[in-house]
Amino acid sequence: MNYLWAGMILIGVVYAAFTGSLPDVTTAALDSAKEAVTLCITMLGVMSFWMGLMKIAENAGMIATLAHRLRPVLHFLFPQIPKEHIVNEYLSTNMIANILGLGWAATPLGLKAMEELQKINEKNCERYGENQYRGTDIATKEMCDFLIINISSLQLVPINIIAYRTQYGSIAPTDIMGAAIAATTVGTIVAIVFCKLVPDRGRVSGKDLFGKS
Amino acid sequence: MQFLLFLSETIIPIFIVWIVAYGLVSHRPVYEDFIVGAKDGFTTVLGILPTLIGLMVAVGVLRASGFLNMLASILAVLVPDWIFPTELLPLSLIKMFSSSASTGLLLDIFKEHGVDSLLGRTAAIMMSSTETIFYTLSVYFMSVNIKKSRYTVVGALVCTIAGLFASIYFAQLM
Repeated sequence: MNYLWAGMILIGVVYAAFTGSLPDVTTAALDSAKEAVTLCITMLGVMSFWMGLMKIAENAGMIATLAHRLRPVLHFLFPQIPKEHIVNEYLSTNMIANILGLGWAATPLGLKAMEELQKINEKNCERYGENQYRGTDIATKEMCDFLIINISSLQLVPINIIAYRTQYGSIAPTDIMGAAIAATTVGTIVAIVFCKLVPDRGRVSGKDLFGKS
Repeated sequence: MQFLLFLSETIIPIFIVWIVAYGLVSHRPVYEDFIVGAKDGFTTVLGILPTLIGLMVAVGVLRASGFLNMLASILAVLVPDWIFPTELLPLSLIKMFSSSASTGLLLDIFKEHGVDSLLGRTAAIMMSSTETIFYTLSVYFMSVNIKKSRYTVVGALVCTIAGLFASIYFAQLM
């Protein structure tokens, strides 16, 4: 991550120096920083509102019901996570929000899921020690698999794309939906197969990594 | 279309009513629950603000320098048109970094080639079946201080490339 970030900045500035677009880069850097803050202010409202609603749903037992229905799917994707662990709720609701195309709703849930997975990881590092594949700054298999499946972005209604198509005078804006669902399904299937093929190296053999302590 | 628009307009209000009503029926102090959750959301966002600034600046610099466009035109030479439509290479590449930048490119393709042309349709399908890989990965991993992402980048690239080729294939079938 450090290299990726530094690389992006350095390559950008050096390349701009050669092509003479340094003033653009300066403007872009300042504008982007401002844009990030504006985005966060919008997100503060939206996310607080959404997390508030989710808390109601959680306390009323709605999410537990929903997560319960997705349980077989989650158990197939993440066999190591015990069925009653709280992270299942975040994972399943994140997936549902993603499928419905509610990206802004999915992100806070995904971040909560990562937070929980990291707590588990930290506990495991403490109990079983760190090595090449396990550490507080190393992603666990669950984190990697979750993000890969998340990025494959199974989505039912690409509503913003349909809106753009309408705006540009398409004769049938929703025509692409079938093909889009097919393409996104292919991506998700490939993601799941990929995750299933990668061995879980960080795991301690014969020990329950997610055991209660 | 009408139904879909109706759905997209009503799905969130329905969701809100459903949750609040469910809470009331379950005899929960809904307002207090809401406040507790809202506080949680607030701190989550504040936590990712520095991450977001760092990333958006990096992407902004890379885009403004013209490096991304240069990379796309090199790829266009390397990848023949019959494997991957050259016009769609910059779009696919930039989509991995920035959603707003790729939206700009998508609308550009609509204007240039027509929204209902094969290129226009393929571009639309690509945009709806792929995700901003590097942005998503950075936000998620940095929020929990993970520095070694192991095979996540490879996996994300593999499924995105599969999605891109599936888009080309299914667009031709239409």
